[in-house]
This record gives sequence, C-alpha cells and structure tokens, in this order.
Amino acid sequence: MLDTLLLSRIQFAANISFHILFPAITIALGWFLFYFKLRFDLSGNPVWMRAYRFWVKVFALTFALGVVSGITMSFQFGTNWPGYMEKVGNIAGPLLGYEVLTAFFLEATFLGIMLFGINRVPQKVHTLSTLLVAIGTSLSTFWIIALNSWMQTPAGHELRDGIAFPVSWMEIIFNPSFTYRLIHVLLASGLTAAFFIAGISAYRMLHGDSKRAPRLALKTAMLVAAVLAPLQVLVGDLHGLDTVKYQPAKIAAIEGVWETQKGVPLLLFAIPDSENRTNHFEIGIPRLASLILTHDPDGEVKGLNEFKGEHAPVGPVFWSFRVMVACGLLMIAVAWIASYRTWRKQPLSTGFLRVLVACTFIGWVATLSGWYVAEIGRQPWLVHGLLTRDEAVTDLAPGNVALSLSLYLLVYVVLLLAYIQTLRVMAKKSVEVEEFETEPPTLEGSLPNVDKTARGSST
Amino acid sequence: MMDDHWLPVIFIALMGLAVLIYAVLDGFDLGVGILLPFDAGETSSESQRDTMIASIGPFWDANETWLVLAIGLLLIAFPHAHSVVMYHLYIPIAIMLIGLILRGVAFDFRAKAAVSQKLAWDRTFKAGSLLTSLSQGFMLGQYVMGFDTGWQAMLFAAVSALGVTAAYSYIGATWLALKTEGALRQRALHWARRCGRICFAGVVAVSVINPLVNPGVFARWFEYPLVMFVLLIPALCFAAFIWNDMTLRRQLHGDSRHVARPFFVTALIFALCFTGLAFSFFPEIVPGRMDIWEAASAPESLRFILVGAVLVVPVILAYTAFSYYVFRGKTTELRYH
Repeated sequence: MLDTLLLSRIQFAANISFHILFPAITIALGWFLFYFKLRFDLSGNPVWMRAYRFWVKVFALTFALGVVSGITMSFQFGTNWPGYMEKVGNIAGPLLGYEVLTAFFLEATFLGIMLFGINRVPQKVHTLSTLLVAIGTSLSTFWIIALNSWMQTPAGHELRDGIAFPVSWMEIIFNPSFTYRLIHVLLASGLTAAFFIAGISAYRMLHGDSKRAPRLALKTAMLVAAVLAPLQVLVGDLHGLDTVKYQPAKIAAIEGVWETQKGVPLLLFAIPDSENRTNHFEIGIPRLASLILTHDPDGEVKGLNEFKGEHAPVGPVFWSFRVMVACGLLMIAVAWIASYRTWRKQPLSTGFLRVLVACTFIGWVATLSGWYVAEIGRQPWLVHGLLTRDEAVTDLAPGNVALSLSLYLLVYVVLLLAYIQTLRVMAKKSVEVEEFETEPPTLEGSLPNVDKTARGSST
Repeated sequence: MMDDHWLPVIFIALMGLAVLIYAVLDGFDLGVGILLPFDAGETSSESQRDTMIASIGPFWDANETWLVLAIGLLLIAFPHAHSVVMYHLYIPIAIMLIGLILRGVAFDFRAKAAVSQKLAWDRTFKAGSLLTSLSQGFMLGQYVMGFDTGWQAMLFAAVSALGVTAAYSYIGATWLALKTEGALRQRALHWARRCGRICFAGVVAVSVINPLVNPGVFARWFEYPLVMFVLLIPALCFAAFIWNDMTLRRQLHGDSRHVARPFFVTALIFALCFTGLAFSFFPEIVPGRMDIWEAASAPESLRFILVGAVLVVPVILAYTAFSYYVFRGKTTELRYH
C-alpha cells in the first residue's frame, strides 16, 4: 500500500531528479558561454560569437527548465516534510535564504541582459552580465551543497529540546564533507556540460554542418573534459575517504561489504541480498577496495552488519555507484581520444562523432547515479544522526500526495521529451543557417516578427 | 545589540515587501499571459502575442524570484506558520506550481521548438498564467478565511481567485499600455478598463466580506479610535480606481500624455489593498491561530540572515532598476531571441 511517506519520498526523488538535470548543464555552460564571449571580445574573431549565439539559446531553454523545477523544489520542504523545518529549520532556512539573496536574483536579472540586452548595453557590460550569470549559478551551487553536506555530515550546531540551533556558521557551512562535495558537483557539471556541447556539436556535424563554430565548440569541450575527468577521479577518491570517516554505513553499502573485514575485494559485480544479508555472484579484485578506501591492501572496512536497521538499501547504492564509475571511465576514454586526435590535427571520424552523439547525456546518467549514491546512501536519515524521514513527513492524506505526484510526473515526462526534441530542432535549424562573414556581430536579430534577413545571422 | 522582540517584526515587513513586489512584478507578467489574444482567422494576433511576450521576456525570471524570496522568508523566519500554511494549501500550491512551470517553459519553447508547435506553446503560456493567478487568488481567499473548508469559505475563495486574476490582468494591461504602440496599445487600454472594473468589484466584495466574517478584523477597522485615519486607505483606493479609469478613457480617445500613469496607479492600488490586508491581520501571521512571535525561528538564525538581507537587498533593487532601465521604451524595439 502506498502511504504518505512513500509517496512523498517518490515525489521528492522525482522533483529533485528532474530538477538536477538542468543545473547540471547550466552551472558549467554559463562558464563556457563566458569563455566564448571573452574570446570574441579579445580576438574579434566572429566564430566565437557564433558559438556563443547558438549556446546562449540552449542555455536559456535549459535555464528556464531549471528555474521552474527549482521553484517546485523550494516548496517541497514545507509541503511534504514539515518535520524537517521544525527540527533543523534554524540551520536550513538561512542557507536557503542566502541562496535566494545572493544567487537567484543575480542570475535571473543578468540573464535578461545577457539574452536580450546585447544591443542595448556596451559590449563590456554584456560580457560582465554573462560573467555574473555564471557566478550566480556557481554561488547557488555553493549554498545548496552547503545545506546538502550539512545534512550528510552535520556540524556547528547544538540541540536544545530536540531542535537544532546554530552555534558556528563557519562550521555549519564548511562542514566535514562540504569542500569535497562542492568540488565533486562542480566538476560533474563541467563534465556534463562538456559532453552535452560535444554531443550536440557532433550531431550538427553529422547532419552536414560544415561551419567552424561547432568544431571549435566540440574541441573546447573535449579538451576541458580531458582535464576534468581524471581530476574527478582524484576528487571522488578524496570524497570517498572523507565518507569512510563520517558515514561508514554508506561506504559499506557502496562496496557491498556485510561483515567487517580486512583486505576487502573491490566488487565489480554482485547481487546484494538484503534479506539474507549477503551477496550473490560476486566477481571482485582482491584487496582493491581496502587499498582504495584505506590506502592499505590489508585495511579494515566496516561492514553493514555493524549498522543493522540504520543503513541504506544496499542494491540501489551498490549499483548506482558502479554506473557512476563506469560513466566516469567512459568519459575519460572518449575525452582523451578526442583530445589526442585534436592534438594530432586528425579529423574526427563519422564513427567517433556518433559515439559523441551517444554520449550527449552521459553526464546526466553519471550525475543522477552519483546523486543517488549520496542521497539513498544517507537513508534512513534525512539529517545524518539527527532526523529520520519518518519523523519529518507530513500527515496529509495519501490521496493528496498521490494527486500532486501524478501531476508532476505527467508534466515532467512531457517537458523532458519536449526539451530533447527542441534541442534536436535547434541543432538542425542551425545546420541550415548560413554564415555571413561580414555581418556585424551585434546583429542578434531573431524576434519572431523581425524580417528573415536579420534572423539569418544566428548560427 | 538588536532587541529580539523586533526581529520578527522586521522579517514580517521584509516578507510583506517581497510579496507586494512579487504581486506587482509577476502580476503584470501573469496578466500579460492571461490576456494573450487568440483571434480566429486573424494573423495579427500572433504578432501581438510576440510583442506582448517580448515585453516581459527580459524580466519574468527575476520577477518570479520574489515569490521564492517571500516563501523563503516565511520558511526561514516563521517555520511554524510555514508548516501550517503549506499543510492547508497543499493542493492549490501544487496547481500553482504546475501553472508556473507551464508558463515559465512556454517562454522558451514557443520561440525554439518546431514552428508547428508555437501555437500550442502559446496556449500553454496562457493556460499556465491563468492557472497560477487563479490558484494564488484562491489561496489568498483561503488564508483570509482561516483555511475554513465550508461552502461559504470556498465561495469566498472562488471570488478571491477571480478578483486576483482580474487584478493581474489589470496591471498586465496597463503594462502593455506603457510598453506597446498602435493597435495592440488600443486593445490594451480596452482590456485595462474592463479588468479595472472587475478588479474594483472584487476589491469591494473582499473588503465587505472580510470584516463581516472576521470579527477581529471588524473591530480593528471600525471600533478603533483611528477609524477616520484608517478609512483613508479604502478612500484612496476608490479614488485611484476612478482616476485610472478616467485616464484610460482619455488615452483611448487619443490623449498621448502620461502613458506610464495607469501602470503606476495600478501598482499604487496593489500597495493600498496590500496595506489594508496587512492592517487587518498584523501581528497575526496565520489569522486566528498564531502571531509572528509564536511562529518565529531562533534569533541567532534571524540575525544571520538579516545581515545578508540588509547588505544584499539594496543591491538586488539597484540591479533590478538597472535592468528596467536597460529595457526602457517601447517593446517593438526589443530584439527577442
């Protein structure tokens, strides 16, 4: 039977999974746009402006989806998890408040100038607006990850009558997992945006786009990915070591370790069985998990049996982690091959372009699975050690939540399909547009009722 | 050192300001969406829709953020009230969010999706705006009636839903009268007059029913020694409606002076109505149930966020003003992506 708790959990998971898709792209895409615009300002080479013009439209669409799904998120806490705000509202409230004050207004206001103001403000002001939008998206990440990390590794608070009160805001914000998680998430966005740019550029090239802009965007994206992907492995490792210290139950679920043991193998495949508290069909590399987690092949790893009744469902965490790592390894391989070819000035083959198109949304898969590891791995806690989800959930009738959940799911499915379809339409449209080398860069005319000649300038 | 007694007062004032700014700014966005014309067999209505949406394109996102700030302040400063309000308004909030989602994405999809789908996204735009306005008005009505679920309260909430929708259309139409030219502007002036009258009827209905059903409100407005003073609010409001209607009529007949006046007078009407509501309930945050001190969160949290608000809100207001300055003038000059 679906109760309010389960429905609310599904609704929160659906909302946040849908929401995170769009910031995962725009956080880093904002910085790519700033780079394109800056290169244009410095060199005057119109190809950078064309790259900018195409990607700023993609940014606008993606950002709008992020904004509207983010507003839904901001209501979720109050509507479905009143116990959360009652217990830790003194901590969570100000962090969310700072996100709105320092990030949301900044990015929303300068987005208007960035999208529509290119002919109305001096070029420097326009480039500055692009920079402020990028800063805004990153600041937003800062605050929301501070809150999320605090929920994973709470610090800097004290309990009075069961309610959390702030003691040190520095300790609350810079809690033990914050720095690792923030860098991990920012790099994840960098990789998501890089493969997104490369995939859509490759799609344009496969559809006969012979212009320079998509090639330049693809090259830039893959060089960035070639640097960020191995960096992500390093940061992921540090993040893991931090988790061993503060959330050992999550690590045990990730590694599928039931009994505390030394010299733990790294499981490549297994089917965790929560009923009998064991794994089936294990395939592993001896001692590697111990080596990774303790930097000692005989190191001890705590098992799930030490946390009976207080650990996450093992299967989803175990498998999400493996999907994330597989995506990461694939990203390294693809980015390095692309960068090597670029360095050797070899053109990319049709086959490789198809691989890039197939990888367009690989960042989404990696981000979502990584997010599931972090969030499902925290269960049954909402705030680790402080508040469980059962204590926080609303006592609304299940019917209400079922109704809102159905509405959201319906809208999200339609919007996701429309989003991907629209990206395809935009990419195809850009293939047909001709470039005019002499066109002044400021002619960004495509008001639907402006004449066609002005509209032709957009790449 | 700040006296803790004043912290909730400062925060309710900040929250009130955020709600009022939201109602004016996103009010005109939603109003423009509600007014989108779909004339059968007329090609001009598509270009009118383009201009109308272009007139709000650069602003809507920041305007909507005031709602996030308002709900954020309620959450941060008055968590207990937040829980009560969210509990009772669960379904209208879900519907409002769906409306906001549809309206927000339609901005981009209408311009970027396949041309054959543009009309469908325009309709989505209108439907989303309408859904948002109706649910906000319904919530206002429910709030005033203390979340009563009897048929009288529901009827009142329904009247309030229509009233708020008319009010948003009113300010949306006066925004268009300010930002557009030619045939569209003439249309906007007609819309403004019609919506103004409906809005006026709505305001009168709410003002009469509210003190009749809430004895506390009645006492405050009519048995107070300051009755002559506080009745200035409805008197001013009444005068503003009449003045605006006369200005709009003159402009319809070709008077081209004071094009911005209707918009600002409508904003003044919003401010007056809002002040009236605030006066009816302050210092209660959930009518009849809790006041701002009972609902407030820890002083150390309020102080931490107040520092940020004092530093950042003026900056936000400054760059918001800059953005409106950048996009000043008639919308036909606006290049939309």
